[in-house]
Amino acid sequence: MAAVDTHNDAHTDDAAHAGHPSELVYIKVALGLALATGVEVLLSYHKVGGEHGTVALLLILAVVKFATVVMYFMHLKFDHPYFRRLFAIGIVLAVGCYCVYLSTLHVFHRPPLPH
Amino acid sequence: MSAVTEETPDTIAHGPDPHAHDGHPPTNTGVSNAKIAMWGFLGSECLLFGALISTYLLYRGRSVVGPFPKDVYDIPFTSVSSFVLLMSSLTMVLALSSIQRRDERRLRVWLLATALLGATFIAGQIYEFTSFVHKGLTIHTNLFGSSFFVMTGFHGVHVTLGIVMLITLWGMSMRGQLPPENAEVVEIVGLYWHFVDIVWIVIFTIVYLIK
Repeated sequence: MAAVDTHNDAHTDDAAHAGHPSELVYIKVALGLALATGVEVLLSYHKVGGEHGTVALLLILAVVKFATVVMYFMHLKFDHPYFRRLFAIGIVLAVGCYCVYLSTLHVFHRPPLPH
Repeated sequence: MSAVTEETPDTIAHGPDPHAHDGHPPTNTGVSNAKIAMWGFLGSECLLFGALISTYLLYRGRSVVGPFPKDVYDIPFTSVSSFVLLMSSLTMVLALSSIQRRDERRLRVWLLATALLGATFIAGQIYEFTSFVHKGLTIHTNLFGSSFFVMTGFHGVHVTLGIVMLITLWGMSMRGQLPPENAEVVEIVGLYWHFVDIVWIVIFTIVYLIK
């Protein structure tokens, strides 16, 4: 969608560099991110779908925000695939390694301490 | 820019690379070595912050003495800090766009705006740390305090280093040492800045919002 905006915006001729989006696209993306942050904060106060449903929604929103910044502001969507692969290696190693580590220690299924 | 493309096995097999030599000296891969180095560094930083966040999760709810997270967190305040850091990513990308359009005056405005937003975030973090200490939570108090201060402290140090880089770029531009031909320098500092933003996106959700 934004890739189409890239070619349609009036600023494209000035701003486009190596296929980067226009400033208008950046502003739209930032507004979307701000909106997502607002929804996250609301969700933390007003649970939707119980505790597990809220956690799932918060994690989904965080992943969407993360991916949006990486793809648009860091230009991974438009840059050479080498950069995507390099970053993906770090992300996959980190998430995979630490999920296994935390699962091994039963972090996701342990009862809370009585306070 | 890609008129001169080296005949690497890749280019012979697939034709000229549309990204090749985009504002940087020719390289074997056709992409900037400096950008490859920064992306590799950011990939390794994922492992560093992954370790810190995992340690926080491991110790979450394991403290036997307070204060506990619910006693100290101020979600509205931290939400505003998060919003400030998120908007600094916008100003950073506008700085890059400005230098790519050869508009050095706007580049300096956006660089300074990004540094100021980053400084606002750090000021908020210092205020938050101070209020936590006043509520009895220090790095020595319990497992929550240790893991929280180490994780957010490391992130704060990264943001502070980013501010130093931004001010350095601003100073270079003021002295005429950052011509539009060197836009890649701004892009590389921008990659680092956006990275500290995405790390905060994860920390904000996992540490503050998920109870």
